[in-house]
Amino acid sequence: MSDTPALIAFAHVSKSFDGGRVKAVDDVSLEVAEGEFLAIVGGSGSGKTTLLRLANRLIDPDGGTITIAGEDIGEIDPIGLRRRIGYVFQSGGLFPHMSIAGNVGITPRLLGTPKPEIAARVDDLLDLVQLDRAQHRDRFPHELSGGQRQRVGVARALAANPRIVLMDEPFGALDPLTRDALGDDYRALHDKLGLTTVMITHDMTEALLLADRIAVMRAGRLLAQGTPHELSRSDDPYVGELLGTPRRQAERLQAVLPPGGAA
Amino acid sequence: MSLLSDPRWHEALGHLPDYLGNHVRVSVTALALGLAVSFPLALIARNRPVMRGVLLGLASIVQTVPGLALLALFYPLLLALASVSLQWFGLNFSAFGFLPAVLALALYSMLPVLRNTITGLQGVDPAITEAAQGVGMTPRQSLTMVELPLALPVIMAGIRTAAVWVIGTATLSTPIGQTSLGNYIFAGLQTQNWVFVLFGCVAAAILALVVDQLLALIETGLRLRSRIRVAVGIIGIAALVAATLVPALARAKSSYIVGAKTFTEQYVLAALIAQRLQAAGLSATTREGLGSSVIFDALESGDIDVYVDYSGTLWTNQFHRTGIKPRKELIDDLKTTLAQQNITLLGELGFENAYALVMPKQRADELNIHSITDLASHAGTMSIAGDYEIFSRPEWAGLQKVYGLKFRQQRQMQPDFMYAAVASGEVDVIAGYTSDGLIAKYGLTVLDDPKHAIPPYDAIVLLAPRRANDEKLRAALQPLLGKINIATMREANLRASGNDAQSSPTAVARWLWDKIWKK
Repeated sequence: MSDTPALIAFAHVSKSFDGGRVKAVDDVSLEVAEGEFLAIVGGSGSGKTTLLRLANRLIDPDGGTITIAGEDIGEIDPIGLRRRIGYVFQSGGLFPHMSIAGNVGITPRLLGTPKPEIAARVDDLLDLVQLDRAQHRDRFPHELSGGQRQRVGVARALAANPRIVLMDEPFGALDPLTRDALGDDYRALHDKLGLTTVMITHDMTEALLLADRIAVMRAGRLLAQGTPHELSRSDDPYVGELLGTPRRQAERLQAVLPPGGAA
Repeated sequence: MSLLSDPRWHEALGHLPDYLGNHVRVSVTALALGLAVSFPLALIARNRPVMRGVLLGLASIVQTVPGLALLALFYPLLLALASVSLQWFGLNFSAFGFLPAVLALALYSMLPVLRNTITGLQGVDPAITEAAQGVGMTPRQSLTMVELPLALPVIMAGIRTAAVWVIGTATLSTPIGQTSLGNYIFAGLQTQNWVFVLFGCVAAAILALVVDQLLALIETGLRLRSRIRVAVGIIGIAALVAATLVPALARAKSSYIVGAKTFTEQYVLAALIAQRLQAAGLSATTREGLGSSVIFDALESGDIDVYVDYSGTLWTNQFHRTGIKPRKELIDDLKTTLAQQNITLLGELGFENAYALVMPKQRADELNIHSITDLASHAGTMSIAGDYEIFSRPEWAGLQKVYGLKFRQQRQMQPDFMYAAVASGEVDVIAGYTSDGLIAKYGLTVLDDPKHAIPPYDAIVLLAPRRANDEKLRAALQPLLGKINIATMREANLRASGNDAQSSPTAVARWLWDKIWKK
């Protein structure tokens, strides 16, 4: 992928907390090409969420530079930057006092889009994430199931037509069926809309099934990156361990479930 | 007579527009001011731990100051401020009534608003505020679109608490000259008119409930984004304010204000003066329950137009003179001193209401006590009760010095209760008033003052500087001068201390007038 110009590029990025005692991100360099779906996999405390938050300046790095479409984001207004980038939060992060329409239309509203336009856009987005517009538009987040809430979260992230979508463990809290369906649906959207997606997950299986490329992080450092195929050739023991789990699961499932059965 | 057909209910109702109106105005203004100050302060302080601690600490300290003391503190503070502002900027304002009440109550309202705004905002889930940032909100947008709406229930609860506190505490603003529903309570307590006390309490409670419910309506309206609820709530509060402003505006024309201190005789005399003014075609209202030093300043600055004071009180307390003069000389001297402040001493009413040491006649005879000199040798084993000011007045210091008085115990109580207390033996001696009708009623005796340690206390009518040349006023009050002797006043006071329909100050004042002119 190195021949296409990177849309997002981290160059020697570091970030520490608590006055330097905790190195959350340690000299990470990583590029994401336009149209690519990248999954960042790692355990808790690996620095994967910090890396994502650095990309839309929810936090600023201590060292290194981050560029988007060739532009150093340290030089541009963070508010404008965030409005241009879609962000899907861990458990939805929906505003509980706003209706679904209010949540989905928030970024266009901040950008000053006229009301009728926002309303039309909200309806389109609800269709896009496969929620019935008439049924959901005026409801409140607490009236929705977890899966529906996360669909709204995706719709909200897409509202201002971003080129880039950042997702922070978006499907982590969902039951397996919903999670699977939502993942597939999102991957379809990614392809259809020509998005560039960076998704955080601790689940290697999910990453393998959805992403074009996978980056593995541990203790703030980038251990490996590449397509599933490239990754499987890595000699890093931790990467091997991460890949071992889905492999074993696949083998065992194959043995347990007769092919073509009811499941 | 059944409780409900008591004509005092009707009288109480007659005062309602004035009392309630003033109460609403002072409470709403104080609440608005308190909100306007504490809300921005809370927003600034919420992310600054040191400032937050200091603010909440100060507000909590204010809260521990009793309401009445807080109100009382603002009066001298503003008085000093007013004289400074007059000197430096030529700006004069009244340190009496509305302003000190509003400032003290506003201060009182700050704690719940500060505390609830800060805790409400801090209670917003950090994941939500991060989402607000993530979708591209500026810090201000995050505050107004997300954090404040989510903290609203907690903030509104604080505002409602503040409203209820302010409305309740506003009843204590009567002694610093702000008319409020407290006028019922103070007047009722002074004249043992329990109908008034009850009426005042119930009215204040209903007002607090109504305002609380209107605020609750606004709160649910804001939360459910129901414009109708918000509108109804706001209209309700606006209507309340408007309804209380209308009668006030209608009768705001140069009406005369008659002041009264905090005891029964003053209520009766103020009612009498007001009745005389009304009979002369002048509109007059009374402002009762004013503290002894507040009332003189109020007259001097024109906040009240006329009131009755006592020569000895002014002599020792207002002008800090020592040395006792004969009655006539004292009056002449006062006349000149008061004239220097443009205050007119219109004349004496004819009786003296002196402080006097009073004890049961039987006990005095047994112990062979006839004068304060006789009392001095027994004082070490005796207890004495007095009103709220006597023991801090110069007369008391003089009395102690001249006779070498030293009591075992000093107690302060409501003037109307101390006669019963001494009669029942609860205390041995009281510092009573010579014009009090209860002296005769309880079989008490007034001890002689052979060394003349207590100055004369002729009741005198004082006019405010701006009424100095008011001929109509003078003419209306002339028939009272020299006409009320001590016996008449005692009887009037005795009547006023009863607890029935005929014992209201207005009724007694009418009786007094008849007694003076139709005997």
